[in-house]
Amino acid sequence: MDEHESNKGPETPSAFEVTRRTVIETGTTALLLTTLPRAALAAGPVEGNEPPLPVLKVELRINGRPHSLTLDSRTTLLDALREHLALTGSKKGCDHGQCGACTVLIEGRRINSCLTLAVMHDGQSVTTIEGLAEGDNLHPLQTAFVEHDGFQCGYCTSGQICSAIGMLAESQQGMPSYVTEDLTKPAAELTDAEIRERMSGNICRCAAYPNIVAAIKQTAGMPT
Amino acid sequence: MKAFTYQRADSTAQAAAATVKPGAKIIAGGTNLLDLMKLQVETPSNLVDINRLPLDKIEETPDGGLRIGTLVRNSDLAADLRVRQRYGVLSRALLAGASAQLRNKATTGGNLLQRTRCYYFYDITKPCNKRSPGSGCAALAGFNRIHAILGTSEHCIATHPSDMAVAMRALDAKVETVNRQGETKVIPIAEFYRLPGNTPEIETSLKPGEIITAVTLPPPPPGVQVYRKVRDRASYAFALVSVAAIVDSTRGQIRSARLAFGGLAHRPWRVAQAEHRLVNAPANTTTFNAAANAVLEGARGFGGNDFKMPLTRRTLHSVLAEITWT
Repeated sequence: MDEHESNKGPETPSAFEVTRRTVIETGTTALLLTTLPRAALAAGPVEGNEPPLPVLKVELRINGRPHSLTLDSRTTLLDALREHLALTGSKKGCDHGQCGACTVLIEGRRINSCLTLAVMHDGQSVTTIEGLAEGDNLHPLQTAFVEHDGFQCGYCTSGQICSAIGMLAESQQGMPSYVTEDLTKPAAELTDAEIRERMSGNICRCAAYPNIVAAIKQTAGMPT
Repeated sequence: MKAFTYQRADSTAQAAAATVKPGAKIIAGGTNLLDLMKLQVETPSNLVDINRLPLDKIEETPDGGLRIGTLVRNSDLAADLRVRQRYGVLSRALLAGASAQLRNKATTGGNLLQRTRCYYFYDITKPCNKRSPGSGCAALAGFNRIHAILGTSEHCIATHPSDMAVAMRALDAKVETVNRQGETKVIPIAEFYRLPGNTPEIETSLKPGEIITAVTLPPPPPGVQVYRKVRDRASYAFALVSVAAIVDSTRGQIRSARLAFGGLAHRPWRVAQAEHRLVNAPANTTTFNAAANAVLEGARGFGGNDFKMPLTRRTLHSVLAEITWT
């Protein structure tokens, strides 16, 4: 898709494309309203005495491409990705920072995209699961998750993979964890216990944890 | 979430001035505030984003301590080698809290100001004097397993959830603030948090129009630093009881001790008498018991949380035995 076609926010054709999701969700008027981009609602005629909702311009660089969005101030980064840019790889699990399914990388660091406002990241770079593969070549972690069967239903997987990328970078930078025995040393070696502690912000309801750990170990060049 | 206007602060004074307006709220990491806004526990009409202010440095102070900017992320503070080598209790406490994703976002000032995780505070259909003053406290006769046993009032038995603040209490940290006139103030952490009393909605000594700019740590006290957190699962859970201990001992004789506790009260809990009972005392069960008795003086359970009294005692024993083992 041309860059210019993909970055027009609520007006972008992709936001109105009929997808399996929108077909399912347009069953009732109430649901239809919730799936419309919020900024579109805000920009449209306002009924009753409600004041117009605050609308903000936000520039994000997502998976290497610039995007200009016009958003209701309340839009979380996760909702901006999913509802305004149709990047539905990042999942909404709990929407409260407890499950990790929404994990993305901001300037290379992992965060919960559900617990941050898109506008707070104006001008920043976001990497989502959609930005990891190069064409048909999967990211090594994606390959490792396939090889080690690091999922069952797959709902947590994009969050697990983005989180693991951030985790491996943190580990390489020498960041410690709660289970690091000697905090005074600049770097801690990754172990099974370290990986499990560092990945505790990503819940897998199918309990694929042993395979997720194996996939991460393979990617980190550890014996599995 | 209720609708709100959003603005980015250009200076600390401007941010402080903005908070004086009714309905205004500072946002930094936002991990707790946005959580509460989604549940409409918090309903600000104006958010003032301070993330672009230059308050994210960790600097040496002339006296050999550290000054931590309010926007230093929890993960960066925990990973700083100076913190790890001189203030291990703080690094370990930070790493005990939340998840890596949340620590990458959460800030020093925001961690101090995070709200209680009392179930009834979070549930807007239930009475809560902290959320809605005068409505009552549903926790008193409700599920109160996670609630306070010390410093409670008939109006509120919530705990403060921070691990970081417990370590900072043991380290005698100071909270630096600025107001809209640009005047700075230093508040010892011992005076920063309030007990619930009749006004559980007022949690700190911060005044309207006053914002946190930094936390300073005095030079580290002598001794071994330990943070022990007891919780329902091994990671990513709030403390039922936690202990930040800094104890200097040699050959089974204690020279000095500092103890701060999390999970027990509306603020990090520290009892001078408990520390006095350890100084110049032999490191044995009798001494540890005497210290635990002082910590638990006036403790009161509410049914579901009665277990915290023996748990506090045992956790303290374990920590002191570990540190003083020769």
